[in-house]
Amino acid sequence: MAADIRAVEHGAPTSTGLSNSKLGMWAFLGSECLLFGALISTFLLYRGKDVTGLTPQKVYDIPYTSVSSFVLLMSSLTMVLALAAIQRGDHGKLRVWLMATALLGMTFIAGQVYEFTVFVHEGMTIKTNVIASSFFTLTGFHGAHVTGGIIMLLSLFGMSLDGRLPVEKAEAVELVGLYWHFVDIVWIVIFTVVYLIPGR
Amino acid sequence: MATVTTEPRALLRSRILRRPTATTGIWSWVTTVDHKRIGILYGVTSFVFFLVGGLEAMLIRLQLARPNGTVVTAEAYNQIFTMHGLTMIFLVVMPLSAAFFNYMLPLMIGARDVAFPRLNAFSYWVFLFGGLFLYSSFLLGGAPSGGWFGYAPLSEQPAQHMHMYALGLIILGISSTVAAVNFAVTVINMRAPGMSLFRMPVFVWMTFVVSFLLIFALPVLTIGLVELFFDVTYGTHFFDVAGGGDPVLWQHFFWLFGHPEVYILVLPAMGIVSEILPVFARKPLFGYPVVVLSGIAIGFMGWGVWAHHMFVVGLGPVANSAFALSTMFIAVPTGVKIFNWLATLWGGDIRFRTPLLFALGFIAMFIIGGLSGVTHAVVPADYQQSDTYYIVAHFHYVLFGGSIFGLFAGIYYWWPKITGRMLSEAIGKVHFWLMLVGFNLTFGPMHILGLEGMPRRIYRYQPGLGFDFWNMVSTVGAFLIGTSVLLFLYNAVRSFRHGQVAGPDPWDARTLEWATTSPPPPHNFEEVPVVHALDDFWHRKYAEGVDGRLVPVVAGGANGDPTGNEGSGADAEAAVAPNESAGVDLRGGGEAALPPTVQGEDHDSGAYGDAHGGGGHGIHMPSPSYYPAIAALGLPILCYGLLYSSILVIDGALTLLVGLFGWATEPSAE
Repeated sequence: MAADIRAVEHGAPTSTGLSNSKLGMWAFLGSECLLFGALISTFLLYRGKDVTGLTPQKVYDIPYTSVSSFVLLMSSLTMVLALAAIQRGDHGKLRVWLMATALLGMTFIAGQVYEFTVFVHEGMTIKTNVIASSFFTLTGFHGAHVTGGIIMLLSLFGMSLDGRLPVEKAEAVELVGLYWHFVDIVWIVIFTVVYLIPGR
Repeated sequence: MATVTTEPRALLRSRILRRPTATTGIWSWVTTVDHKRIGILYGVTSFVFFLVGGLEAMLIRLQLARPNGTVVTAEAYNQIFTMHGLTMIFLVVMPLSAAFFNYMLPLMIGARDVAFPRLNAFSYWVFLFGGLFLYSSFLLGGAPSGGWFGYAPLSEQPAQHMHMYALGLIILGISSTVAAVNFAVTVINMRAPGMSLFRMPVFVWMTFVVSFLLIFALPVLTIGLVELFFDVTYGTHFFDVAGGGDPVLWQHFFWLFGHPEVYILVLPAMGIVSEILPVFARKPLFGYPVVVLSGIAIGFMGWGVWAHHMFVVGLGPVANSAFALSTMFIAVPTGVKIFNWLATLWGGDIRFRTPLLFALGFIAMFIIGGLSGVTHAVVPADYQQSDTYYIVAHFHYVLFGGSIFGLFAGIYYWWPKITGRMLSEAIGKVHFWLMLVGFNLTFGPMHILGLEGMPRRIYRYQPGLGFDFWNMVSTVGAFLIGTSVLLFLYNAVRSFRHGQVAGPDPWDARTLEWATTSPPPPHNFEEVPVVHALDDFWHRKYAEGVDGRLVPVVAGGANGDPTGNEGSGADAEAAVAPNESAGVDLRGGGEAALPPTVQGEDHDSGAYGDAHGGGGHGIHMPSPSYYPAIAALGLPILCYGLLYSSILVIDGALTLLVGLFGWATEPSAE
């Protein structure tokens, strides 16, 4: 145990007492805020434009997307339960909640794929006009982030099955949780800005 | 206990590659996670790119030496000046600064390594592959030719090859973001006991500020590049007026990144100069807290000035006035720094060694560049100057006269620490004067050319417009710079054989990196130093006598004494004790804000017992790894795939994933 801690911190406790990984994750999430900020700004700049062709506001199915948003938000709850489970040392529950989180995330992604397919069939593609370009890029970027999160969750699940996620490594679950909650929060903003606020 | 026994077996089972063990040879460099080796890799790679970018500059100057130049075609010229800009910014100044961050930052804060050693290796490999990716465009149909600024709609024409620009810069952006997260966490979390924030060297502070600028500025550029790439490749309309897009959005994104980027390029050099001046003036930095706070202020204000790059776009009088004011205001903290540097020199016992000469060159040239910068802040004047050679003159004075002179100062200053040998002072001084004269001959006349109306980015000009003479002068100057760089290369090669052996502290310096051997051992310090004051190492060596003169402390190793500082940390600790109060007195009233905390008890608290007890042998350093380089290799493959074949996309993504999985399942040290 002592050898592990020393290895990670190169022989000395950290200046703040927090772990490097957690600080690093927070800094990374700060960077991600600006990434999504730029994408959301693009959408906001263009959403009122007078363009030819279909725009997202004309093809939305708000009840449908509300359901998939609810699914994604619930996955934050299961993520919290997964972290609580490993902190108690309950590895069975950890796996249940990790898998539940991943499955909820996959449901959300499946919903997004279906939504995109419907939009394309109705005649709105990424090339249709600048509003459609902004819509697909913003929501697609978010979907890619959720997909990355699912891969991390499944990796944690596999590591846990393999016995390589002992209680001492609970922080790995916490870090993935931070990322996962961040992606959820971004979706709340996107859902509000893109879907709920009426536009052209 | 069950986990303890099963864990290693599970780890071995999952291991895709055996742990690398080489300590010499090429594989030891490919797999290294030592911040010092990664720093050297950064430095050497960026210097090679510096030579390439310099050759491109020579071609530009040859083409423009005479009217109607015929050295290169218009197409080639556009590619060369675009690549010159991209190279010098993304492949030279940023990574060369990163080389010093890597090598010096952990040493200066008394750490054994950076916070994430493998992530550090990953940043380097991503940087290298990103640079090679960008340069591979020459072989794949032509280099980007839409300018480093990539303004739409020109950048959206297929003939400009800006898809390579977009993907190349995204890769390099990943490298810089990852590195910035690493350095920020290192500064926050890896400081030696007693190294409070306001005892950190200014260079560390500037690294810290730059890291945050990178963390927040690069994603904005990344999104702009993604949108540009989508426009060029997938037919979206972000910057395409016909589809409802707006090219000005690109300019906002680009400069919202681009102006913080200017400070990303110059703050490291300011940090280096702030380290060098006190050492060679043998005085503490004048107004240390003010210099630090000015750097932080520049970091914040740098976000509110971007539209001064866009005065001629037509944003309207309100926006232009606001950005003109903020631009004039940002000159204030910069001016504060300059006055502090001058005050540091004032009354100092100055030794004109090569590092100091370059630092002084930095100050002088940066003042000129700063003043011409303030003239851009005046909107009507900027209307006249915009897109002329006056702008080219300005940014070369701040980025070459500023950043590059500062970085050369750093190279001369830290060379003995990194290689263990001195560079020749005589050749160094010739290098400095040749470069200074060449630099001013090259870029000074561009002010005149610009005010006479010579536009930038043109590949030739007609005779009889009054441009002939100064262009020729400028070309001659460029070749003087080239000669001076060759002289430096000779000096560098020479020092490996004939350079005087440096010893741990050849400059009689003030900061912790000089407290260890040159070059430092892999674990940096035999014992983690305990810090009691700003310029702690100086106070270990000198106390103030009754008459105010410096008195060497017994057992402190002044001036290159190779035995004084090595090993026995107990001696050094003993030496600190008597002059702690003197250390506070030395810095005078201006430093009263600094808490003169005595943290001697930390030493015995037992928290560092195992590090101490190890005596250098029990120190666990992170082990080398193949995975950072493998993961990094996935990125360019993936990007080539986006351009050429979806099989490569899958291949790249798999390479990246295999690298990351191997990385995640491998313990950082064993």
